[in-house]
Amino acid sequence: MDNVINLKRGLDLKLAGGLPDDAEIRHIEADAVAVTPDDFPGFVPKLEVKEGDTVACGSPLLRDKIQEQVKLVSPIDGVVERVVRGDRRKIIRVEVRRSAEPVARDAVKVADNAEAILAAIAQAGLLAMMRQRPYDIVPRVDIRPRDIFVTAFDSAPLAPSLERMVADRAEDIECGVRALAKLTDGHIYISTRKDSQIAVPTEAVHYIVNGPHPAGNAGVQAANIAPVNKGEVIWTLDIVTLARVGKLVRTGEADWDVNVAVTGSEVETGYIAATQAGAAIAPILSGNVKADGRHHRIIAGNVLTGVAVDPEGYLHYPYRQITVIPEGDDADEFMGWASMRPGKMSVNRSFPSRFIPGKRFAPDARLLGGRRAMIMSGVYDDMFPMDILPEYLLKAILSKDIDKMEALGIYEVAPEDFALCEYADPSKIEIQKAVRDGLDYLRKELE
Amino acid sequence: MLRKYLNRIKPNFEPGGKLHAFQSVFDGFETFLYTPNSTSKPGGTHVHDSLDSKRVMIIVVLALMPCLLFGMYNTGYQNFLGSGAETFPFWSLMAYGFLAILPRIVVTYVVGLGIEFVVAQWRKEEIQEGFLVTGILIPLICPIETPIWMLAVATAFSVIFVKEVFGGTGFNIFNVALTARAVLFFGYPSYMSGDRVFISSEPICGIGGTVNFADGISGATPLGQIANHTGGALELTNIVGEKLSTLDAFIGLIPGSFGETSTLCVLIGALILLFTGIASWRIMLSVVAGGLFMGWVANLFQTPLYPGSFLAPLDQLVYGGFAFAAVFMATDPVTAARTGVGKYIYGFLVGVIAVIIRVYNNGYPEGAMLAVLLMNAFAPLIDYCVVQANINRRMRRLKQQA
Repeated sequence: MDNVINLKRGLDLKLAGGLPDDAEIRHIEADAVAVTPDDFPGFVPKLEVKEGDTVACGSPLLRDKIQEQVKLVSPIDGVVERVVRGDRRKIIRVEVRRSAEPVARDAVKVADNAEAILAAIAQAGLLAMMRQRPYDIVPRVDIRPRDIFVTAFDSAPLAPSLERMVADRAEDIECGVRALAKLTDGHIYISTRKDSQIAVPTEAVHYIVNGPHPAGNAGVQAANIAPVNKGEVIWTLDIVTLARVGKLVRTGEADWDVNVAVTGSEVETGYIAATQAGAAIAPILSGNVKADGRHHRIIAGNVLTGVAVDPEGYLHYPYRQITVIPEGDDADEFMGWASMRPGKMSVNRSFPSRFIPGKRFAPDARLLGGRRAMIMSGVYDDMFPMDILPEYLLKAILSKDIDKMEALGIYEVAPEDFALCEYADPSKIEIQKAVRDGLDYLRKELE
Repeated sequence: MLRKYLNRIKPNFEPGGKLHAFQSVFDGFETFLYTPNSTSKPGGTHVHDSLDSKRVMIIVVLALMPCLLFGMYNTGYQNFLGSGAETFPFWSLMAYGFLAILPRIVVTYVVGLGIEFVVAQWRKEEIQEGFLVTGILIPLICPIETPIWMLAVATAFSVIFVKEVFGGTGFNIFNVALTARAVLFFGYPSYMSGDRVFISSEPICGIGGTVNFADGISGATPLGQIANHTGGALELTNIVGEKLSTLDAFIGLIPGSFGETSTLCVLIGALILLFTGIASWRIMLSVVAGGLFMGWVANLFQTPLYPGSFLAPLDQLVYGGFAFAAVFMATDPVTAARTGVGKYIYGFLVGVIAVIIRVYNNGYPEGAMLAVLLMNAFAPLIDYCVVQANINRRMRRLKQQA
């Protein structure tokens, strides 16, 4: 219990519409779910089923074109209702509707060796739930990771506590650690908050991480525990995925139940929906969005990295949260740049709201300014708790200078680590998109 | 109502509209009046901080207001004093100063913003706000008697060749306002130095009097007096020959460039900038530290050869444009060092070099302008070293692993 990391830089956004730790849980069985390949960067989808096929919970819907053993699976028993395609027949999502009768499936027995475990978690769709660095993609099965980093808390704005979701799963977590330990020669690191109830197995290295968001990002934890060097690979995942791995190894079946927090300033009453991964959002939100005549933005995920969806949309991986905020395209704010209104959220001390203790904000989705060149300096540094110079790394990415990107630490970062920089940037630059494009470009050039 | 009016005239400015050539200008005014309703796109954060570059620039302009107001008062005061007035009515002094500075501010804004509008339209970009600050800085750092046409020429030169050719706000290497000052300083030395340029000597609209320089009146600034000092005890005087104290210089009722004389008002501006976090405290602090350090060194080795070395370190900060440069010029985020450690080095060197030039080059009574411009050129080098240190740290880690 001696390993403590104190992160100073970063920011906890104080948003309205949060949930208490003991919020009400409502069971909402998902009738329709969708699997969205875009939620899994680096995964090139190929269909394993066709419309009308009957699928069991945990059976594959899609496989990766390059690593054929890596699958995305159906989270419920049901029938493949529709394959939604976009431009150039790109697979947008696969929709599954629950069947009345449970579909028979065989539990697999997972042998206790590295190959069998890897094959099982790839087949069960769990490998796709992990990420590797460099590149922040679904892990490559042919590279043994140096270490594996597990985060046991979500520090994103309004995110629910993961503690409750794994409260009675100590055995799964232990099995998961033991299984993953076979896949790496290094350590399994598990990072928790100080007051965590999670029993960290002795096989894993326990770190306590203090500090504001993005402290909960596994990549940020990795950068502060044992940073990724050029040529090294690490895997990152969260404690719920770890428990699923454990359950798969223990019982031969993974579970796809998730607890989804319904949050945000435009939600009538927040609660936690116990449902399945990829569930349709409409039943979860039904009647619970404020009817105040404003346009709403429904986000599958948190306000920093989540995916904007329409009311008929679905949950997205890796989020366990739906956030509803005002869209703000109907605002018409007069001279907003001069405003001293206490409702304006900012890290800057020229806004009086900075001095109202305990103030919760209800920001909308506007950029609140025009796009400019980088003018202010040091803004990103304050939001970026790694030994990396975010501004210079971003410039290297924008200019596609591979040597500079490598030298400045691109292998250590993921777009989500830059989310707060993008939030705070007075020049309103689209940083996460730039980083994603940069990582993809680098991978294309180097592989 | 205003919103409806804007919506009604907006189509005229869109492609194909008859006023399309003014689209950037319209857009500039529209976004000035109403925060744009454009919302974040997929793949980015959904919420954004309320701070934008308009607010950043306006806060700097706000921080400059004490200097501007004091400059008006001081300009009036110097004229009244020089013309032998018996009384110094506050509002008359302010009115005199206001009338003296107004045409200069109007001209720099018209010239500078005009160029910005044209370039923005040409590049099909939004109008950038940087000139809001530059446009008020230029009149503040120039002597009051600078001919207006020269201000216009210098402003145009520096906006075009120091900013726009590099790509506009955010891409310039040198501070735009200071370059305008340097253009005047080197291009028209006979107008820009000497004793008379710092005192407005004619009545304006019937306010004020005529300053007769033949009459034993000297408009020399304290630093000018020091630079021309030859032998004997160094005693600084105001324009009618009365002795000046450090306190006088701190408050600012001395001849000098329009907005730079009052260290007190600069400090008020500094408080605004530091409180809001718009300017870097690292730079401000280290410029002051550098100035005090070099002032102390110079004072330690004082010699009549360089009369500036007689000044106490603290006096170095209150005379001339040092304080103004430390607070408003060195902290320009675009041209200063951008890394945390780099800011300390950059600021310290600005302070040191400003005092070196001031003390050891009798040709240039003031060194703050040249020091900031020189360090603007070196800021990328400083940053390069800081970035390289980060890179080396990463390389070492890699070697240790291997």
